[in-house]
Amino acid sequence: MNRRFLCSLVLCLTAVLLSAAAAAQDLASFEKRITVKTLPNGLTLIVCERPEAPVFSFFTHVDAGSAQDPMGATGLAHMFEHMAFKGTDTIGTTNYPAEKAALAKVEIAYAAFRSERDKTLGPDPARLAELEKAWQDAIKDADQYVVSNEFGKIVEQNGGEDMNAFTNYDETGYHYSLPVNRLELWAYLESERFLHPVLREFYKERNVVIEERRLRTDSRPIGRLLEQFTEEAFAAHPYHRPTVGWMADLNSFSATDAQQFFDKYYVPSNMTVAVVGDVKTADVMPVLEKYFGRLPNAAKPEEPTTTEPPQNSQRAVTLKDRSQPLYLEGYHRPDYRSKDDAVYDAISDLMSEGRTSRLYRALVRDKKIAAFSAGFTGLPGSKYPHLFAFYAFPLPGHTTQEVGDAIHAEIDHLKKEDISDDELRMIHTRIKAGLIRGLADNQGLAIQLGTAQARYGDWRELFRSVDRVDKVTKADIRRVANQTFVENNRTVGIIETAAGDNAKQAAAASGGAQ
Amino acid sequence: MKRTTLLSLSLILVLCALGASCSARRPATSQTPVPPQMSAPTSGYQRISIPALPAFKPQQPKRIQLTNGMVIFLQEDHELPLIEGTARIRGGSVSEPAQKAGLVGLFGEVWRTGGTKSQTGDQMDDYLEVRAAKVETGDGPDSTTIGWSCLKSDQDDVFRVFVDLLMNPEFRTDKLDIAQQGDFDAISRRNDSAAGIAGREATRLAYGADNPYARMDEYATVGAVTHQDLLDWHHKYVHPNNMILGVTGDFDSAAMEAKLRTAFESWPKGPQAAKENIQFARAKPGYYLVPKDDVNQSNINMVALGTTRDNPDFYAINVFNEAFGGGFSSRLFNDIRTKRGLAYGVGGGIGANFGHPGILQIQAGTKSQSTIEAIRAVDEDIADLATHPVTEAEVKHAQDAILNAFVFRLDSPDKILGERMTYEFYGYPADWLDKYPAEIGKVTAADVNRVAAKYLHRDQMAVLVVGNPMEFDKPLSTLGPVKELDIAIPPPPGGDRSVNGGPAK
Repeated sequence: MNRRFLCSLVLCLTAVLLSAAAAAQDLASFEKRITVKTLPNGLTLIVCERPEAPVFSFFTHVDAGSAQDPMGATGLAHMFEHMAFKGTDTIGTTNYPAEKAALAKVEIAYAAFRSERDKTLGPDPARLAELEKAWQDAIKDADQYVVSNEFGKIVEQNGGEDMNAFTNYDETGYHYSLPVNRLELWAYLESERFLHPVLREFYKERNVVIEERRLRTDSRPIGRLLEQFTEEAFAAHPYHRPTVGWMADLNSFSATDAQQFFDKYYVPSNMTVAVVGDVKTADVMPVLEKYFGRLPNAAKPEEPTTTEPPQNSQRAVTLKDRSQPLYLEGYHRPDYRSKDDAVYDAISDLMSEGRTSRLYRALVRDKKIAAFSAGFTGLPGSKYPHLFAFYAFPLPGHTTQEVGDAIHAEIDHLKKEDISDDELRMIHTRIKAGLIRGLADNQGLAIQLGTAQARYGDWRELFRSVDRVDKVTKADIRRVANQTFVENNRTVGIIETAAGDNAKQAAAASGGAQ
Repeated sequence: MKRTTLLSLSLILVLCALGASCSARRPATSQTPVPPQMSAPTSGYQRISIPALPAFKPQQPKRIQLTNGMVIFLQEDHELPLIEGTARIRGGSVSEPAQKAGLVGLFGEVWRTGGTKSQTGDQMDDYLEVRAAKVETGDGPDSTTIGWSCLKSDQDDVFRVFVDLLMNPEFRTDKLDIAQQGDFDAISRRNDSAAGIAGREATRLAYGADNPYARMDEYATVGAVTHQDLLDWHHKYVHPNNMILGVTGDFDSAAMEAKLRTAFESWPKGPQAAKENIQFARAKPGYYLVPKDDVNQSNINMVALGTTRDNPDFYAINVFNEAFGGGFSSRLFNDIRTKRGLAYGVGGGIGANFGHPGILQIQAGTKSQSTIEAIRAVDEDIADLATHPVTEAEVKHAQDAILNAFVFRLDSPDKILGERMTYEFYGYPADWLDKYPAEIGKVTAADVNRVAAKYLHRDQMAVLVVGNPMEFDKPLSTLGPVKELDIAIPPPPGGDRSVNGGPAK
């Protein structure tokens, strides 16, 4: 992914930018090109015709993310996402009946090993070694039937582009693009992997996921800070746990656990599939119905019921780390359905967007104390009550205290004085531009439409959210700022440079020991 | 440079914040519609028929060359009421003096923030932002860029700002100071991330530390850049005969051509940018270590010098890369990630660039405790190429993957414009991409194995490990003599100043 972001400056410059007038125009045009259909099994399909080139993209949205991870099995939603590339009972196997029996034995052997390993009074080392060997032998036995990565190979061989998936706190998404003559093939593959998934090579893939944790969290100062910060900010809600999972949980959960997660959350009523590209709705809808209609009906799973209790004192975490300093703070706010959601979007834009933003002008341009500063909403997710965050990278010679104070001065300004007419106009124009940015791209469009449909039950909310920003007033901004940005509602996360910062000096840092 | 750094810093933060995790990791590759050749149906997916891809003749941009040498491409795209333009100008950071490394990075930022003779950068910000328009400048190793993006209805207003900035930049010193402070900050942070260290040091090993494509900005070199240097750079390079301008969006080409001719036809020629003659030394083979004890994963980069895209072997190299280190089907992914579970990210290949050699590189990230095991596993996969050459089936699969995905190189007018501008800039034939599918189709298994043997020599590679040697499964020295790299950041001249906790060591 990183290589994509570090695209040439030329490409960055040509990034699509849009405007106000386009929004309304496009909603009308999208109305004509979009069809939504909910199948009898509860799965929602969206098809958007965009006949620019003979290709299409899709997005499969599953309304379950790491917030749904069971206790003791953090990381499970993300683990299943990896397993969704492992094939089916016909893809990725040379002999499924034999493989199925062998995989069942792996689970029995792993359960015995885990139970011995996790004994309260400690395992019997000889017995543990024996059980581990039995488990590894069972894996070897099952592996003989595996055709590795066959699912991904089929997609690749057919020209699959940007095949990937993501898991966040709120949801799991799968996406790629194909030449349009492969639409039926795709509908088969995509439905099949959620109809007959086989969790083969699970424990090796678990090691891959553990490497992903080391990469993103343990071995990066900012990763380490964010994990500690989020844990501090949320006491009760599952948002306090990492999406990738705690190391101990990653070393514990089983393929059986992942299968149970799948059975509960990967049900048609919990899934939305969006297709965008050079397709004719009348032609493709029957194909989609034929394949996705096969998924068995099941009840939509219940939402977690815990509500984060109000915060009544400032919290803080400070990492003395092998890194230059960073300041981060977050304030609790309501979920994305809040009537004030658009007000938070407006504040985020005003404070952060471009060189006219208040934080850039105050901290970077005028006070010259930060290399960069911004605020954003949606930390760590947005489906449930979450945080509005501000951060700054102090310049050499300046402290996290200074940048924190400067951010607070800007927040006070927001609370005490109305923003100007020009600023309000700028926010409106830019938010529209920001929304529509990406609409001229099949994959971006599929992701945005699919997500809006899943979140609000109507893709049009994608456009209505812009109308809501249009209605935001100066008074709204002051009211919400005064309500939200108060000390008792604040969690601060700081990286301070560890003293004696020397590459050869051992400083058993947080992630390393897990 | 600084803008990219800040962008990546903020992206990193936002991405972490999202908690996003991705399961697949497929390097960007290339690719074409080809008739499906599915074999006898054996399982479900093979029974699905694949119709022919509809005929698709992507629209080529119109090329215009003015008498002063300026090259213009016009690519109409009426999907949205937008107009965007980008000018790419010869001369980039590889041409800056070594003792002023960072000059072009500063130029790329202050060109825009420093405003013009008639308008400060701040005034320009206000003017553009209410229109949700952009005029931005940037920099790279062999060029600088300036571009705009706006609503069609704002085109005249925004284009005026673009032309003013192109011709009359002021590089105000208060903005130079902000840009330098930002660069100092980036320098101070450059050893914070193991991945950042690995990427940078691997490039230095592959190209040579003093090579202009590899050298680093330092406090002293950034601090040495003056307002006059930026003016001089503009004076030396920003001339119509050094420039390629590409415009795409909702306009009529004839009308746009007339406007651009009015704006630029009378602009006099300047001196031609000299072509740099840069020497690329071969990497010094061996083992290199950067100890970093706050990580539990080793970044392994095995590098040598790659090649350029005008090399006749380029197509066979592409197929080899796909089969050996590309996507889900590649040998490295299947062995190191899937079979051995040793890495999340693994891959690589023989890098090929347009204007200068790419880097032949294999990368993997593995837990400290399997560092040596992972290097040996990659070694085995390389050695295996000799004993088990790439098969016809692997070549066929790689060709299908490349050719069936080729349509994604052409699926939007601005992508085609970008390709054409690149060929123009580097002197490649305009139809270079048109020939690509046929050339890929001609590659045989013998070709693939020939280029593997020709370019990939394990004993000529430099192997870099950034990690915590206290936790390695075995000392790195069990593989061979190890050179520890000194990545200490040279302090600012005069011992000063404002660098947090002293320069990171």
